[in-house]
Amino acid sequence: MNAVLIALLVLPLLGAALTLAPVFGPDRATADRRALRLNTVVTGAVLLLAVALAAGFDHDEPARMQATTDVSWIPALHVRLHLGVDGISLPLVVLTALLTFLCALYSEKRLPNGDTVPSAQAFVGLFLLLEVGMLATFAVLDLLLFFLAFEIVLIPMYFLIARWGSGAKVPAANRFILYTLLGSAVMLLGFLLIGSKAGTFDMQALATAHGSGLSHTTQVIAALAILVGLAVKAPAWPLHSWLPDAHTAAPTVGSVLLAGVLLKMGTYGLVRVLLPVVPDGTTTLAPYLGAFAAVGIVYGSLACLALARPGSKGDLKRLIAYSSVGHMGFVLLGIASLTPVGVNGALFANIAHGLITGLLFFVVGALKDRYGTADLDTLAGATGAALYGRAPRLGALLAFAAVASLGLPGLAGFWGELLAMFGAFDPAQGLSRPAFVTYMVLAGLGTLLTAAYLLIVVKRVCMGDPEQPAPVAEVADLRRYEAVSWTPLAALTLLAGLWPALLLSLSNPAVKHLLGGG
Amino acid sequence: MLAAQTAALGPHSTGQHTVTSLAVANPGSLIQSVDWVAIAPPLIAAVAALAVLITDLFLPERHKKWLGRLTVAGLALALIALLPLAGRSPRATFCVQNVAGGTDNGGCSYVADHFALVFQLLALGGALIAALLSAHTVEDEKLPRGEYWFLLLSSATGAALLPASRDLATLVIALEVASLPAFALVALRRDGRGAEAALKFFVSSVTATAVMLLGIGFVYAASGSLHLAAVAQGLEHAPGQLKPLAEAGAVLTLVGFAFKVAAVPFHFWVPDTYTGAPLPVAGYLSVVGKAAGLSGLALATTIAFRPYAHTWGLALAVLAAVTMTVGNVGALRQRFDTRYSAVRLLAWSSVGQAGYLLVPLAAAGYAPTGADPLGATAAYALIYGVVNLGAFGVVAAVGRRAGTSVDDFRGLFARRRWTALALAFFLLCLAGLPPGVIGLFGKVVVFRAAVDAGLGWLAVVMAANVVVALYYYLLWTARLFAPAADGAATGEPVGTGAGAERRLPASLTATLGLTACVAVVLSVAPQLVLQVAGGSLF
Repeated sequence: MNAVLIALLVLPLLGAALTLAPVFGPDRATADRRALRLNTVVTGAVLLLAVALAAGFDHDEPARMQATTDVSWIPALHVRLHLGVDGISLPLVVLTALLTFLCALYSEKRLPNGDTVPSAQAFVGLFLLLEVGMLATFAVLDLLLFFLAFEIVLIPMYFLIARWGSGAKVPAANRFILYTLLGSAVMLLGFLLIGSKAGTFDMQALATAHGSGLSHTTQVIAALAILVGLAVKAPAWPLHSWLPDAHTAAPTVGSVLLAGVLLKMGTYGLVRVLLPVVPDGTTTLAPYLGAFAAVGIVYGSLACLALARPGSKGDLKRLIAYSSVGHMGFVLLGIASLTPVGVNGALFANIAHGLITGLLFFVVGALKDRYGTADLDTLAGATGAALYGRAPRLGALLAFAAVASLGLPGLAGFWGELLAMFGAFDPAQGLSRPAFVTYMVLAGLGTLLTAAYLLIVVKRVCMGDPEQPAPVAEVADLRRYEAVSWTPLAALTLLAGLWPALLLSLSNPAVKHLLGGG
Repeated sequence: MLAAQTAALGPHSTGQHTVTSLAVANPGSLIQSVDWVAIAPPLIAAVAALAVLITDLFLPERHKKWLGRLTVAGLALALIALLPLAGRSPRATFCVQNVAGGTDNGGCSYVADHFALVFQLLALGGALIAALLSAHTVEDEKLPRGEYWFLLLSSATGAALLPASRDLATLVIALEVASLPAFALVALRRDGRGAEAALKFFVSSVTATAVMLLGIGFVYAASGSLHLAAVAQGLEHAPGQLKPLAEAGAVLTLVGFAFKVAAVPFHFWVPDTYTGAPLPVAGYLSVVGKAAGLSGLALATTIAFRPYAHTWGLALAVLAAVTMTVGNVGALRQRFDTRYSAVRLLAWSSVGQAGYLLVPLAAAGYAPTGADPLGATAAYALIYGVVNLGAFGVVAAVGRRAGTSVDDFRGLFARRRWTALALAFFLLCLAGLPPGVIGLFGKVVVFRAAVDAGLGWLAVVMAANVVVALYYYLLWTARLFAPAADGAATGEPVGTGAGAERRLPASLTATLGLTACVAVVLSVAPQLVLQVAGGSLF
């Protein structure tokens, strides 16, 4: 039993339950304010707990599961409440807690309001439930609990998009939930197949067995089912088509969490479940995963280039969503290489993408608030939106996030993608080297394209003539609450770029442990 | 039961055989000792039914409310009677004795094992919730009270007797005791719809019974016995020329049960019957009626027709896949703005759910021991029973007039917070998505049964169906929280607008509270119900 990790999950759950209680007073405005304050307090406490967890983590043994709890929950299904963190999940837990806290802080000032928007209590309830699901995904060590946690996030995210979103929000939300549910239902079948053949759902026991006792056919079928389910979530090309719509429609905090955390649940699942539990099946499927990843990288960047072109009516949020498809392609490529280098790179890119894309969505969301639209052509006008001139700090932050995203050395985006490509250059034994080198070349092409579209975006949004007629006369520069909630992301992007060993030293032993099976 | 009695008591009833019976080695054994504790649950329900009928004759009009309370008390007592039986080894009664005076387990007509207890819990518990739900409807719609409660209890008696019966004659009689009062219950609402609904229900159900009786006749002819275990042996050793007869009999019997479960293609009566019946009766049929058919099907297949396991396993798997697909597609096609659409949606969704319930039965055809996957059906049926009756309860609470459409639920959250939250929870449980955790695990055990049995294709079909079903459940759930439309669009006359805000009747509050609490408790501690799926039920 470890109180910290349990409290990490129970606290937001209690907070969510509290929003149903009539404790916020009858007046709607006061109630809303109190509810949002509760949100900040609870997520802040969760962040403190996550930091405490990281501080108490034994950094000499990151491969060992720490802060474990293992009690029986449903003996009939052999489901145990088995929780724990190691060097792979710890950074993701901290990232989740951080992003949710920053989103809560941000939404305290900037919650979309209007006649049709439900009360803030409902928002807070859903938001905290979402946090439970996200944290649980990274903390549980039982396949069925993992599936449960995976499903918990669906309903809150659905309502966040459908009720607090903009544009074609209901169809986007429907698409999101149906796609993901189909994926996770197929994933469940894979889990059940493993459980049926191996006799346990415990991830640690299965990882220790490292596929022994599972026939090759079983492994391939199970790996395929799990891969499809997680690839929808990640999302891997060609299963990504829910993502751009969902991102475009979602409110800012929804987009941040969707890109920053929810996508990571897919790739985390690949590393945590697929690699150690069904290694043979994964080896069989890895070349295909790598191919889809490489196509996804190129496809994502080409889509972004098309959206960034003048006159194409490209939505900036949509563009970042497509760029996520490309970036997650690198993560998938690293995983597909099945080497410690590649998987470490994938995990690093995971965190980096969470930080950078979170920041990008914050900034773009703020732009959308100010301009009333995220349409790139409307924003840019004839010469460019001239954010450098009209709102210099906002412009600088956008430019910073963009160059971090394109993988400038010294910032977080660089290391993960570099290592993923290294992994593909020299893939694990049993994988076809020429194929993976091809993927690496495609990925390299992708980095060039990524640089191209991000620079175009920076040029069209940040540069230009400040005097030209603009859709909005005055653009407010960085506000205080914005600075407070975004600075940590920018600082961590810089830190991770300058000191990659901070994360790699955590993940490396754990990755070797998972790949080696010992 | 009948078979056992004629076999055991026959010699006593006809005078000239008395002498022969005295020649038996151990004459004392011929006196049937009835295990009253074992048969208490259906017996109490039956006695309560008679008590209600008689009391109704002497009760003055203004005290007739007590009949409902008597019914609820009777059902609660029957449920309590299950307690002494739980957790013990199976108790059997009404057994045929062999010449030596001993009994073998195969010859008993009534066995109170885990399987029987679980389905009795479902039947009696479902009837109890339906009774609570009815209390208000009976007063509101001026249904004949004595008859209503009597019929409900009689039907519950049949449904409780059925899972414990172990010979084909008792099985059919129990099924008819469960069904016949249900026709009358449906017809109690005296408008055109009620009569039409009852007629459809009656005709299709009676056809099913006729077909089933023919099938049972064939089986009896081929196997020489009515006891399920003996039928299995008889079928295995049936002479070659009787094989086609036996197979035809088995098919016809299964067709009859498929009718009762409302499996495709015998599902057409469901939407019309549900919309025509009083709402609590529709809820009752969707849970208890289905449970009765399902337990009968399970008994017939897994025990009696064991030798044909692979054939009916495949047939049931196909039936399950088609049923869930047709049910969910039917629900998907349902327009939300038409009258009765809420009940029609629940009706179609119950057809889809019947498909899920059939999956473990199909898996039982492939499993080596045969009985293990049944636990998944039992667990899922219990979960489904609670949340589906809860959903019917909310529909009853919201549309206390006939013909509620799904669009009438728009903005319910703003008007009645807790009712809306309860319905959202029930719908998500039916869809199998958190926070409806118990619905999710219910689906997981069904999936597991399919995967364990190697029915991968069925599991994939079911996965697709779960996604389809989520869509319409979610659209309904989203309606609850949508901003309320203008008064005209809700379809609710402005005059009753104030009436809708008034407090719910106590019986409805109790129903919703009870079902919601059970669903929440089960979501926190799923083991309470999933233990059923843990081991063998027999």
